[in-house]
Amino acid sequence: MDDLDRKIITATQSGLPLVKEPYNVIAKELNIEPELLKQRMQIMLEKKQIRRIGAVPNHYKLGYTANAMSVWNVPDEMIKELGQQLGALSFVSHCYERPRFLPEWPYNLFAMLHGKNKEEVAEKVQEVITLLGEHCSGYELLYSKQILKKTGLRLKEPS
Amino acid sequence: MDKMDRKIINTLQGDFPIDDHPYQIIAEKLNIEEDELLKRLEILLDNRTLTRFGPMYDIQKLGGSFSLCAIRVPSERFEEVTDIVNSFSEVAHNYEREHEFNMWYVLATESLAQIDKTNHSIEEKTGLKVYNMPKIQEFFVGLHFQA
Repeated sequence: MDDLDRKIITATQSGLPLVKEPYNVIAKELNIEPELLKQRMQIMLEKKQIRRIGAVPNHYKLGYTANAMSVWNVPDEMIKELGQQLGALSFVSHCYERPRFLPEWPYNLFAMLHGKNKEEVAEKVQEVITLLGEHCSGYELLYSKQILKKTGLRLKEPS
Repeated sequence: MDKMDRKIINTLQGDFPIDDHPYQIIAEKLNIEEDELLKRLEILLDNRTLTRFGPMYDIQKLGGSFSLCAIRVPSERFEEVTDIVNSFSEVAHNYEREHEFNMWYVLATESLAQIDKTNHSIEEKTGLKVYNMPKIQEFFVGLHFQA
């Protein structure tokens, strides 16, 4: 990432302007040619430095009010296989291996589950229990109670 | 939110074009006028049905760092600790969850060292232990919400 990429990121990280020629507006702000801006963004997209360009819905507003972080204790030597199977389920949005903190935190596999209500999430949990079978030696569901902050990535301006 | 709003949300979850007239391209796909698309997007953002519209950067691929961190906050101190944690610009998200580990925040910083530094400051200011749980492996990130 060079200074120009960084300038582009800081100019667009809070969103694209809602005008007919959004990239031209940003290019003008940055004092560069629109072609250069589009080219740089295209490259970042290809390198997956930009995951995607689009809308981020507020899942609460869309009716997905039951959002549980499910955490599972599975053997370390099985985690890759089990994590891939869990991540392949349609209702899982994020699936990661994370470190344990023994004894108070024994869980190493995290999966975000989403449903329209807790009953729907509970059904999905049953599917995961069946999937993990004997390899699971414990799990918990951490329902979100409220969003305390949500700003996303904020890079500082280049100095 | 009507049927067209739902269609807009479902259509715009990825692949927004890098083009001189990107909204025009999407409007044609949706069979509406460009002005109407812009107006509707503005309303969806204003009423927070959408939290953001634009490029989603992967800070790790850009050389930065992310981490999920948890704190067990005594209930009587919850508001005070929320204010302290949220005051750090490195804190990108913060959620209250129903658990003894009741505060879960995501740090997004430009280096790994800043993750540790920020958590250290949070521990100093709150007097509480921070459980730093960076991902070891990523198995899946996705899921499109159907509006």
